[in-house]
Amino acid sequence: MNVAFINPFIESTVTTFRNMLSTEIKPLAPMLKKDLHPTYDISGVIGLSGLAQGIIAIGFSKDSALSTVTKFIGGKVNKSEMIDAVGELVNIVAGYAKKDLTEYDLAISLPNVVLGEAHHVTTPTGVPAIVVPFDSPLGNFSMEVALITPKK
Amino acid sequence: MRILLVDDSSTMRRIQKTQLDGLGITDVLEAENGEHALRQIADHMPIDIVLLDWNMPVMDGITTLQNIRSNSAYSGIKVIMCTSESEKTKVVEALKNGANNYIVKPFTPEALKEKVLG
Ligand SMILES: [Mg+2]
Repeated sequence: MNVAFINPFIESTVTTFRNMLSTEIKPLAPMLKKDLHPTYDISGVIGLSGLAQGIIAIGFSKDSALSTVTKFIGGKVNKSEMIDAVGELVNIVAGYAKKDLTEYDLAISLPNVVLGEAHHVTTPTGVPAIVVPFDSPLGNFSMEVALITPKK
Repeated sequence: MRILLVDDSSTMRRIQKTQLDGLGITDVLEAENGEHALRQIADHMPIDIVLLDWNMPVMDGITTLQNIRSNSAYSGIKVIMCTSESEKTKVVEALKNGANNYIVKPFTPEALKEKVLG
């Protein structure tokens, strides 16, 4: 996987938290995903297609998700709002990152949210996935990007 | 001022509604996709502003925009796209199809205020 793919998604995540949650978050060192780690209690996934293909996901623990989504919405949230909000967060991150990846002419899918204690995000087979942990005052979380340009 | 919020995310509509409320705009309608939006418009004219998401199931934002602009009875409606679609080509496509303005998600409350009141 081309590591240059990852930067637009990192910047998009930071800007999303800054603009919509008035929160400064810090990306930690990206790492190659292995052994089905990390795990999450709630994750949002979006498919990417075009001249590159793959997924982007954002995953939270229960506590991180609750404080992040509460801040995002600006009030108490129920379970269905939690699911919707995590989906919209990953939608914003994916869509905003596209402006720096125009050479790949990417289209994004509608978000898919998975709820379940300690699950991992399934990334496309044979596509190396990069995990970027984020340090957030609302509770830490991770982003995963698995994206390849198909060989001609 | 009457505003219709069109977004498949209920939390995004809730965020927009809260921010508009802070601007004193309380006559707010909602729709969760383009088809729903067209029904809301037909039932609730006059509508001043439609805040329109792009990526939605059932009917997406660009198709909704084309539908709105094909009806002369709706020519007074100001359509502001509010979407995570961030490429210049998308902005141009929306403006070509009759959008009056464009807000890229993630937006700040100031950006929303400026586009809605401006
Ligand atoms: Mg949407």
